[in-house]
Amino acid sequence: MSLQISDISKSFKDLKALKHISLEVRENELFGLIGPDGAGKTTLFRILASLLLPDEGQANVAGFDVIKDYKQLRKNIGYMPGKFSLYQDLTVEENLNFFATIFNSSIEENYDLIKDIYVQIEPFKKRKAGDLSGGMKQKLALSCALIHKPKVLFLDEPTTGVDPVSRNEFWGMLKKLQKKGITIFVSTPYMDEAALCDRIAFINQGEILQVDTPSAIVKNFAKQVLNIQTPSIYKALRVLGSYQHTHSIYPFGESLHYMDSRKDFDWNEVLNHLRNEKIKDVEGELISPEIEDVFMELSRN
Amino acid sequence: METTIKATNLTKSFGDFTAVDKLNFEVKKGEIFGFLGANGAGKTTAMKMLIGISKPTAGDAVVADYKVSTQADLVKKNIGYMSQKFALYDDLNIKENIQFFGGIYGLNAKLIQQKYQQVVDNLGLENYVKQLVKSLPLGLKQKLAFSVALLHQPKVVFLDEPTGGVDPITRRQFWELIYEAADRGTTIFVTTHYMDEAEYCDRISMMVDGKIKALDTSKALKKEFGAETLNEVFLKLAR
Amino acid sequence: MKKFIGFVKKEFYHIFRDKRSLFILFGMPIAQILLFGFAISNEINNVDIAILDKADDKNSKEIIVNLKASKYFNVIDHLQSEKEIETAFQKGKVKAVVTFDQDFARNLQRPETSKFQIITDATNPNVANTITNYINSIVVKYQMVNLQQDPPPQLVQSESRMFFNPALESVYMFVPGVMTVILMLVSAMMTSISITREKEVGTMEILLVSPLKPSTVIAGKVVPYIFLSLINAIVIVLLSVFVFQMPIEGSIFWLVTASLLFIITSLSLGILISTLSSTQQTAMMISLMGLMLPTILLSGFIFPIESMPYPLQLISHIIPAKWFIIIIKSIMLKGVGFSFFWKETLILVVMTIFLLGLSIKKYKIRLA
Repeated sequence: MSLQISDISKSFKDLKALKHISLEVRENELFGLIGPDGAGKTTLFRILASLLLPDEGQANVAGFDVIKDYKQLRKNIGYMPGKFSLYQDLTVEENLNFFATIFNSSIEENYDLIKDIYVQIEPFKKRKAGDLSGGMKQKLALSCALIHKPKVLFLDEPTTGVDPVSRNEFWGMLKKLQKKGITIFVSTPYMDEAALCDRIAFINQGEILQVDTPSAIVKNFAKQVLNIQTPSIYKALRVLGSYQHTHSIYPFGESLHYMDSRKDFDWNEVLNHLRNEKIKDVEGELISPEIEDVFMELSRN
Repeated sequence: METTIKATNLTKSFGDFTAVDKLNFEVKKGEIFGFLGANGAGKTTAMKMLIGISKPTAGDAVVADYKVSTQADLVKKNIGYMSQKFALYDDLNIKENIQFFGGIYGLNAKLIQQKYQQVVDNLGLENYVKQLVKSLPLGLKQKLAFSVALLHQPKVVFLDEPTGGVDPITRRQFWELIYEAADRGTTIFVTTHYMDEAEYCDRISMMVDGKIKALDTSKALKKEFGAETLNEVFLKLAR
Repeated sequence: MKKFIGFVKKEFYHIFRDKRSLFILFGMPIAQILLFGFAISNEINNVDIAILDKADDKNSKEIIVNLKASKYFNVIDHLQSEKEIETAFQKGKVKAVVTFDQDFARNLQRPETSKFQIITDATNPNVANTITNYINSIVVKYQMVNLQQDPPPQLVQSESRMFFNPALESVYMFVPGVMTVILMLVSAMMTSISITREKEVGTMEILLVSPLKPSTVIAGKVVPYIFLSLINAIVIVLLSVFVFQMPIEGSIFWLVTASLLFIITSLSLGILISTLSSTQQTAMMISLMGLMLPTILLSGFIFPIESMPYPLQLISHIIPAKWFIIIIKSIMLKGVGFSFFWKETLILVVMTIFLLGLSIKKYKIRLA
């Protein structure tokens, strides 16, 4: 096990940020912690990086206790906080050199690890970090977090505020790093990124809702999802909001996802109900649920 | 159909760098319009011109019947604006916020009181009226911010990444409010780089390097680019 | 050691790239010294005074001539009676009235009964105080020269400041004060801001999860500012020596040593502040309100401690600047040796050890 978290709790004043969290991450796994803002992701990351003390429970990272062995632990992890945390007034090269020095390493020493990422920002190495674009900043931050060849890499919402192109590239880089033997623990508020992880944990309001592979999570979902399409989304939403058999009805982009409160149901009955209420051009089909459907269902309870 | 936003060759240059290059598009009354682009594509610059805080260097846009080039003050009076970064004063309570923003747009005291009651009833805020806004749950805060942006019944509301990072349920509740406002005839202009946010819009424009490279419904865009998701469309465009 | 050098290098990058702070850092000491040296001064020149000479004898007349001859005073009015004194002040025409009693000349031989009075307009007590001292010294000088007489005891009230500042140049008084304020500012405020900046930007998080020891972080933050503070101290001393011809009576060695000691005191205060604040703004406010104001007001820099209310005198004891000012005044103006200021030095050393220990203990190895 690369990461062992057992029964961790943490409160800030009267806010319970984490409630009895237990989790295991395997060696060389790309593990995703999925949950919205304020779910407790950052608090958990900080505890694992030995930056915060938990109120209860214990955790091991790469074999080191986050409380007792914090000195050893800090040498063996790479940590990229959610906010861009490099020196904006230092150039790309100076930032990298600085972080290499404080980890007793050098750019050359672990160059093969960061090469793929660094070559993309190398043309701008004389530019100040503050003047880089969002995607570039993120690559630099990742390079800095990797410079000492950590065993475990913690990435707290690395893709927040980054455009889709850079996000896509970023996940590609993570896959490559994983092949080089690094365990990656990453958090994200984006449900669509969950599918890119080996295993994921849903977190909401300080609690872990479910842990599994993305495909198993979808496969084991008990409810059927009816995907409804119509030009008058808002009217359909209102009609189904007050329909007697509705378990849940959510807009999903340009369509609606409907779940019925009955175990077995005839979805044509639902569509006909809509048509009877004068909703135009209603179409529908049963679909396999998306990660987001599962998350919403879990966080409702 | 009535048009609330009409951009004609809207351009903004800084020196020899053209941030926004001859934008042409129309947004109809009651439409939810998604304005997408990568970081640095010129999205923010274009929006600043549309809300009247930046003057176009060439071309023009008519927003809520006024020209942004010459009637910026009138444009500002007739639009609402909400961004995720700043929307409400955290250290004021609900009423104080409504009084302040109502006051800015010249609503009289009686109307403000009426609107306040309306907002509290609509959003079910009875239990929160004594608290400062900072102690409200994130979801409620956003809904409140949106209601405040609608206080003066603007013809267009500009939303800047309104639901990025918000939990999925709250996000949907927020979109229900947006649908409702659009249903009443308010035009909604959403800038974002979150594709899942864009999916909710009636039509989507995608900006790359200062130009609009695609503009259609989500469904039509996916079809046109032979893509499964909007994300794919965007990736194909950006390359 | 490599880590430490890397850290210090990074600090210097920050310092030299922040042009605005750099300007303040080096512009301020120069501006302050010049300001205090030329503009704001306790020095008095061409003060209008009035005379009430009931004696009207040889001695009083000669003293009046001496007063008129000095560049400090203009005798603009001769009053006839005590009644006119108050109106003269009320009209704001004069800052002081010198009165001689009828039997002034006779009593001059028997000092304890001498009837000679200086009445000053004390709306500005500092100026009034200076005027009194100046008039006194003119009278004393007259007595010594013309009457071949030792100064009468009650007239030797001239304050110590004139004693060691015979030319009555107020810039001499301000140099130790300005130096204290600048060292405090650069060392305490700049360090606390630079540490809290890392907290605010989020880089502190990265530093904490790195294997850097807290002591390395602190030392790395502190060393550049020791260096800058020393440069500032040297600039101030050079300015005062070459622009204001101020003598340095005592040993340069002790001057440097004392300055270093005070710099370290201020740095430890700076680290302490940074542990208390999470934003640069707070750090700045605490530095200004908590350090700068007491340093300026309660250290004896501008207002003499002896004339403060007792509670404030007590507070002034815990202000490091007070002791430092005493030390460098002893070195620069009096030119006395270590035996004269070892007590103050010891107090400062104890304070420094206490603050340094406290700030290292308070420095957190984790967030929050």
